[in-house]
Amino acid sequence: MEIRRDIFQAIADPTRRAIIGLIALQAMTPNAIAEHFQNSRQAISKHLRILTECELVKQEYRGREIYYSLEIEKMKEIDKWLEQYRKIWEIRFNQLDNVLSTIKKNEK
Amino acid sequence: MKNDLLFDFTVDKTIKTVFINREFAAELPLVWDAFTKPEILDQWVAPKPWTARTKYMNFEVGGRRFYAMVSPEGQEHWSIQEYTSITPKTNFKMLNAFADKDENPELPGSDWDYNFSEQNGITKVSITIYNESLTRLEKMIEMGFKEGFTMSVDNLEKLLETLSQKQ
Repeated sequence: MEIRRDIFQAIADPTRRAIIGLIALQAMTPNAIAEHFQNSRQAISKHLRILTECELVKQEYRGREIYYSLEIEKMKEIDKWLEQYRKIWEIRFNQLDNVLSTIKKNEK
Repeated sequence: MKNDLLFDFTVDKTIKTVFINREFAAELPLVWDAFTKPEILDQWVAPKPWTARTKYMNFEVGGRRFYAMVSPEGQEHWSIQEYTSITPKTNFKMLNAFADKDENPELPGSDWDYNFSEQNGITKVSITIYNESLTRLEKMIEMGFKEGFTMSVDNLEKLLETLSQKQ
């Protein structure tokens, strides 16, 4: 059975978010990534596999080593989705700030 | 940023929950009123140029608010909120569901949990929104984001900036 993967599943896990944070700065090998975590090497490999299946990271062979790096375009999809919802709240709250200050002024 | 009031917003899709924290430069009773009195709610909950129109609101446990978000073209999107728990000036919980104009809810809805606290004249509001269906969450975004709206966001920001500088 094929499990459907999407970008939101990719970012749902804190370890995967941390991996994304690391490889956003530079392409890294699985060993180099694993050094940053308490998790076993196998656990990190599993997270990398999920991230790859979600097409959020890409693999690149350099000699005998595999380097993982971030698919920036894919990350933007997440940003876009969250940013819209966040924006609605931001606008709403800015409006509320103005309403509150108007009420406070009128009370004085 | 126009001020240093806290605003954080996180979405955890695995548990289908949105977490929002925001501080307001006002005392708790006023902020509480802004979230629980229809005449104040209608002034801010709709992102401009949309407007909010509360048809009725009984803020009590088991009571309801029936309201519409109205587009600039006059299109109405109705919702029902039902209050499930109220601890005055501290917490309230509600169920929110989209509805038609005849008050028939479109289930499943979402569970909302609001917490209020004040420190040194700054009131913090923490909101947790649990959505039974993610599709619904996406619909909430779509509704607020018809083309015209996105375009007006930047204008609005500039306006708010100007207004806050005048204060």
